[in-house]
Amino acid sequence: MSEKREYTLVDHKEPYRYDDNGLHVTRGSAWSGPGCHLGCGVLMYTDDDGKLVKVEGDPENPFNQGRLCCRCLALPEVVYHEDRVLHPMKRAREDRGKDKWERISWDEAYEMVTSRFLEIKEKYGPECIAFYSGTGRDIGQYITRLAWGFGSPNFVFAMSGQSCYSPRVAGCFSNTGAFWLGDYSQQFADRYDDPRWECPEYVVVWGNNPLVSNSDGLYGHWVIDVMKRGAKLIVIDPRLTWLGAKSEQFLQVRPGTDAALALGMINFIIEEDLYDHEFVDLWCYGFEELAERAKEYPLDYVEEVTWIPRDKIERAARSIAQAKNAILQWGVAIDQTKETIPTAQALLSLFEITGHMDKPGAMVPPPSILYYAGGWGEEFLTPEQKAKLIGLKEYPLIQMGFQEAVTDEYIKALETGEPYRFRAAWMQTTNPLVCTGVDPKRSLAAQNNLEFIVYVDLFMTPTAMALADVFLPACTYPERDGIRIGDGMQRGETINKVIEPLGESKSDMEICLEVGKRIAPEAWPWETVEDMFSSILEETGYDFEEMQKIAPAYMPFEYHQHEKGLLRSDGQVGFGTPTGRIELWSNFYNTCDLDPLPYFEEPSPGPVSTPELLDEYPLVLTTGARIWSMFHSEHRQIPHLRALHPDAIIQVNPKTCREYGVKHGDWVWVENQRGRCKRRVIETPVVEERVCSTDHAWWLPEAPAEMEDGLYGMWDLDVGNLIEYKCGKSGFGANYKTLLCKIYKVEEGE
Amino acid sequence: MAEYGLLIDYDWCTGCHTCEVACQMEHSLPPDQWGIKLTEVGPWEYAPEKWQYAYMPVPTDQCDLCARRTAEGKLPTCVHHCQAQCIHYGPLDELAKKLPGKTKQTLFSLR
Repeated sequence: MSEKREYTLVDHKEPYRYDDNGLHVTRGSAWSGPGCHLGCGVLMYTDDDGKLVKVEGDPENPFNQGRLCCRCLALPEVVYHEDRVLHPMKRAREDRGKDKWERISWDEAYEMVTSRFLEIKEKYGPECIAFYSGTGRDIGQYITRLAWGFGSPNFVFAMSGQSCYSPRVAGCFSNTGAFWLGDYSQQFADRYDDPRWECPEYVVVWGNNPLVSNSDGLYGHWVIDVMKRGAKLIVIDPRLTWLGAKSEQFLQVRPGTDAALALGMINFIIEEDLYDHEFVDLWCYGFEELAERAKEYPLDYVEEVTWIPRDKIERAARSIAQAKNAILQWGVAIDQTKETIPTAQALLSLFEITGHMDKPGAMVPPPSILYYAGGWGEEFLTPEQKAKLIGLKEYPLIQMGFQEAVTDEYIKALETGEPYRFRAAWMQTTNPLVCTGVDPKRSLAAQNNLEFIVYVDLFMTPTAMALADVFLPACTYPERDGIRIGDGMQRGETINKVIEPLGESKSDMEICLEVGKRIAPEAWPWETVEDMFSSILEETGYDFEEMQKIAPAYMPFEYHQHEKGLLRSDGQVGFGTPTGRIELWSNFYNTCDLDPLPYFEEPSPGPVSTPELLDEYPLVLTTGARIWSMFHSEHRQIPHLRALHPDAIIQVNPKTCREYGVKHGDWVWVENQRGRCKRRVIETPVVEERVCSTDHAWWLPEAPAEMEDGLYGMWDLDVGNLIEYKCGKSGFGANYKTLLCKIYKVEEGE
Repeated sequence: MAEYGLLIDYDWCTGCHTCEVACQMEHSLPPDQWGIKLTEVGPWEYAPEKWQYAYMPVPTDQCDLCARRTAEGKLPTCVHHCQAQCIHYGPLDELAKKLPGKTKQTLFSLR
């Protein structure tokens, strides 16, 4: 065991398990399933019969300070839901799409998986099995180990262009050698009271609705906390969100034009000489080149492109440049743009040349408590196998060490058998047919070519009903132990089991360990999951039981790390890049045959790039609006949560409604040149007349399940019907949020 | 005679539904009954770039101010869990003292 690391701990009134008025209480972290990006501190209450009675927020946990969202509050309804799959099942391949599941034992399930996987490995090579993950559960790292330990490089996150989080991470690392997050004091155990922390003067909420989405390890209501402490908001969004209405400045941007807006601001700031000369001189590389590029974005042009009045852009740019400290609160809208890499580069450059980096209340590099968070088990993958990662040849940026296959190339490989034929897939925590993936008919046909599909989840889903041959039941977080590390600023926390798993369900980690021991024993040497967790925690000096008692544990944190030699492996001052500076002109992209400078490319289809489509499809459609009570495709069957958002909706401006003869509450078809989906109209002025906004990942657990009966209603509801597989030049990014459409009433009987 | 209530600083209410679901779970209420119910006022634009866009949770007849919890020295569950931390519990006279000096607050007299 390594020496115990220095962590800042929280004073707890009680041990992590205690009794309270006849109930048993266990403190722990809320992760996962169901899915979430956070992992709040919770108090789980159980009775003498071993039943989970309720879940409350833990007031002692600095992360959420007692608060919780409705999804954890309703957790007992998830745990005890009658639709949970509680034993392993199998189905003949010819019965895919039919409800012809047969209950089997775990032994039989493991035997099926093991024999098929090992047979395929021997006959065709381990790369012919893809290992899928979704988002928002603490199982991603274990799936990478399952894949890499087995010898397959193909870890699949099934969004076109992997367009969630990874592109921004890739962009940040490429040009600064680190990832950057807004500083809401979340790295300190004493939070806003920590004397080192300063409140941001501005939070620039850009392509993000943080109160609802809670992504990247950000507890969204921290934005409220800092507003109460004096922070002002600039909100850049196609929709007037509630935060937009509360903001000092709201910029209603045309979907997909964020790069033009950022470059216009950069140009204005440089022309007005408002940039941070000292920071640029000392710590940035390629400023002259960036300035030259930004000249191509004068504000008259940017106003026309973004639909934002010039004076508003000037005011926002001036505010960002002159602020003492500011946070870029960005989100997946930046990833879900086909040219995400230059877009993310443009946004971050704006905050770099204005010096809002590595200081209190600005952008800071998150501390990393464990190496395993970025993918676990890579040492088992030989260079020869690694070279077989799908998309590596076509997209040089992937060669720089990113773990996911390029989805768009993977779908092609499933269809063509080139560069090799995929034979099987392991799908865990993912529902690619209705959620991550697009073009569901193409997705279904492509994935149906796989000879053998293993699926691991809590509930039956459209993807499992359509495609799986073996279903392995996972359990929810109160039913098992685990390590909470997660996104954003890492801290040491544990997930603590309080009830026995229902039926024969097992934790995601236990399933990976037990399958791993059978298909790649050298990568899975542990007898129990607790041994495995202790092994992961070894470098901290604490074993799993000790971590349960002390959690949450906070790492040491310092500001101005680039001035102290803390950002580079050689201990020199500066940033972890070839030049040691923040690279505004990117050596990394240049090496990858990408434009080294940020640029804007018109979204296509779009009102500018495909004007010929406008007569038929006159509205701009943005998708993926987040829902308070649902995490992506989950929670549709949970009564108290579904009641808060019963239908798939589209927000349409009242004037647009009148123009197209629809009204509030009507069911409409939302259609483009690729397909259509049903939505219920919400008339609202939060979108302007040319733009509509809709939510995603819809299916109806109560609708007929079988393929020929509509696969839980998904064919009518999936917004993916309107979206194609088409990633950006880098292999990252896709236009999930910039489409064209028309709307018209659903006829009776449709 | 009423002595206790909730002060809601609805300036900060984000409409997250936490109070509703926390209450439904605490009191075992079905999805169509509430001890506290969120209302939405807006959004409409009443002057250029001036938006009426507010949420306000309203306690119902089924609110007992979490009598069992408060007897144990705990906060009502909506207060405990409110993500914007904008619901406050206490004696009416103490809560009333917080009203002057800040707009968009409402005091509910409940028990």
